[in-house]
Amino acid sequence: MAVVFEKPKSLLDVPMHYCPGCTHGIVHRLICEVLDEMDIEGDTIGVCPVGCSVMAYDYFGCDMIEAPHGRAPAVATGVKRTNPDKFVFTYQGDGDLAAIGTAETVHSATRGENIVIIFINNTIYGMTGGQMAPTTLPGQVTQTTPFGRDPELAGYPVRVCEMLSTLTGTAYAHRVAVDTIPHIRETKKAIRKAFENQKAKKGFSIVEVLSTCPTNWGLTPTEAIKRLQDEMIPYYPLGVYKDITEEGNK
Amino acid sequence: MERNLMKGNEALAEAAIRAGCKCFFGYPITPQTELAAYMSKRMHKAGGVFLQAESEIAAINMVLGAASTGVRAMTSSSSPGLSLKSEGISYIAGSDVPAVIINVQRGGPGLGGIQPSQADYWQATKALGHGDFHLLVFAPASVQEMVDMVIKAFDKADEYRMPTMILADGLLGQMMEPVSFPEINANAHDKKIWAANGHCKKREHHIINSLYLKPDELENSVTERFRRYDIIKENETDAELYFTEDCDILLCAFGATARVVKSAVNDARAQGIKAGLFRPKTLWPFPVKEINEASKNAKKLLSVEMSMGQMIDDIKLAINCSKPVEFYGRTGGVIPTPAEVLAEIKKIGGAE
Amino acid sequence: MATTEILLAGFGGQGVLFAGKILAYCGLMDNKELSWLPSYGPEMRGGTANCSVCISDEPIGSPLILAPDILIAMNQPSFDKFITEVKTGGKVFYDSTLIECECNRTDIEMYAIPSSQLADTNELKGGSNIILLGKLIKESNIFTLDTMKKAIEKVVPPSKSHLITNNFKAIEIGMNN
Repeated sequence: MAVVFEKPKSLLDVPMHYCPGCTHGIVHRLICEVLDEMDIEGDTIGVCPVGCSVMAYDYFGCDMIEAPHGRAPAVATGVKRTNPDKFVFTYQGDGDLAAIGTAETVHSATRGENIVIIFINNTIYGMTGGQMAPTTLPGQVTQTTPFGRDPELAGYPVRVCEMLSTLTGTAYAHRVAVDTIPHIRETKKAIRKAFENQKAKKGFSIVEVLSTCPTNWGLTPTEAIKRLQDEMIPYYPLGVYKDITEEGNK
Repeated sequence: MERNLMKGNEALAEAAIRAGCKCFFGYPITPQTELAAYMSKRMHKAGGVFLQAESEIAAINMVLGAASTGVRAMTSSSSPGLSLKSEGISYIAGSDVPAVIINVQRGGPGLGGIQPSQADYWQATKALGHGDFHLLVFAPASVQEMVDMVIKAFDKADEYRMPTMILADGLLGQMMEPVSFPEINANAHDKKIWAANGHCKKREHHIINSLYLKPDELENSVTERFRRYDIIKENETDAELYFTEDCDILLCAFGATARVVKSAVNDARAQGIKAGLFRPKTLWPFPVKEINEASKNAKKLLSVEMSMGQMIDDIKLAINCSKPVEFYGRTGGVIPTPAEVLAEIKKIGGAE
Repeated sequence: MATTEILLAGFGGQGVLFAGKILAYCGLMDNKELSWLPSYGPEMRGGTANCSVCISDEPIGSPLILAPDILIAMNQPSFDKFITEVKTGGKVFYDSTLIECECNRTDIEMYAIPSSQLADTNELKGGSNIILLGKLIKESNIFTLDTMKKAIEKVVPPSKSHLITNNFKAIEIGMNN
């Protein structure tokens, strides 16, 4: 019988710890499909963050390094600078990338580090139980904004792709979502492009993926997808914010 | 061997390059900046990587990344910078990754000052970050020792898969002395069994990690590391014993302070006072056997430090408080003088 | 010989550290033990700068000089600060263009030389420090002229090798004044 669908080879066959309805699994799979298609699993080193994906090193088949909270881009810099012929990616959440690790993010971008950053934006700290993230929307209720995020008190959300696209060192900044099949396909294309950029030594590529956290949002998976569409996409518009490749210059 | 005249900071850098250090990640801070400047000039020509990081925090994590792939990696800083690096150092220790970290100490706490100090002894030997772990800590007292110890620090880091530290100070970093560079044997340590540098589909994937959510797994990981520490305690302690055989009063000092104390010991001997010097070259592990040997005939010990008294704790523990241990120190960047130390020797020993 | 402790002091920019470096290299050339320790910090940015050079046949203990055998002073504040610290029997070399000597110590040997003025009249810009070194080797037997010339050749970077002759000239002026 012909095999028409299978698990990517670089996605290891182990149970994941993610909650039901969480979209981390989708993004993991997309990354692994790209690693398989480009046949680079053996030449890739991934860097995990602290957050929900802290144990992603057990899921990706390539060599993996666990970074301290927020420091994945610095760890990736160390790997890439000493192993320029290898592929290096980080997988980071919003707290990791845009709060405690803002400096590492901004400076790896401005140096034009030839790495890929996959950035999961779900507007909340998942692993610690649902506290305010730098990307939490105004009015959003979290454990540490029980009356809704009040910008007067807690400031405004950070729009990462917009911010990084102002930096000369950034080659590619693209915000995508995993709420629908077309969007998931778009996400995979973006991830592939980011890795192709690294292969072509274009520099810093970030793919921001709008994701869901049904558990900490207190919603069912379907309601969570709806919230992503109704509340997140308007605040975080999808699209390519920067692309220095020929394709992007068209 | 050819003698060169070099600043301590530059000698540290040159020795690291000769020891096969392939990358340096740093951030400017007085009084260690010449080290980074030297690396920026030389590292590229030596086929390695120099990168000025955006912070001490980023620098130590770049070291974590590079070292995780099996490359010899180093960072350096001075006291306030070490506080920032401590998070990354804990991760490096917890991930069993070899790396060399240099602290050219200055006065603290806080922003402190920029003059020499030894007030990071506790930090280096007891608590350079959270959790159960140690660094192998070397304390050079001359520019030549800085060279020799950096080379050793890289070897021991690889051998035991752990971070090692050179605990120097602003005086040693800034001074010039003649140095010669020994022939260095190629690195014999096989890192293929653990390095995360791409498996080329020829082996299982390697994970460099310090996370163990199950308490028994974490306990196993930590106790395995401590078994390694026991071997290190057995094999790696080192100390200089100077006029200790017949000494009535044993002075204890490390690093730059030991030079001052040695002058004071010579002056005391010239005046008929039987003083001796115990100088630990490794601060962790503390040379317990050696200090017991050195102090066997002494009536009193005197710890002299550029701090309010930190190593004195280890001295008391090492001799099991079997003899009185006195303290003399200057802090904040003030360097004790041989005359002050001699006066202290007379004060505590002369009464008899 | 016992340890000779030489303290050089002046303003930042007068070449105090450079002159100290030449002395340190003299020690290296003569196969001596030696140390060179600069003052560092905000002072180097225009304030006073000083540097301790120890030369010995034995390993150097503390490299920090508190009571020098030889003081080379290049400005008034340094002269005033250190003149009382010079060991009995010590030697002091100072730039009499910039320093007014108000010291009545008789237990030390004083050598006044208008090194700044001599540097100007001989068109040796910034050569005052080296002129003082010339005087030092004439009045002490710590190093030979030959050693010092070799040290200068070693210290002056290849990109500035045209300055070597000027330095030699400055040494000569120091020796003859």
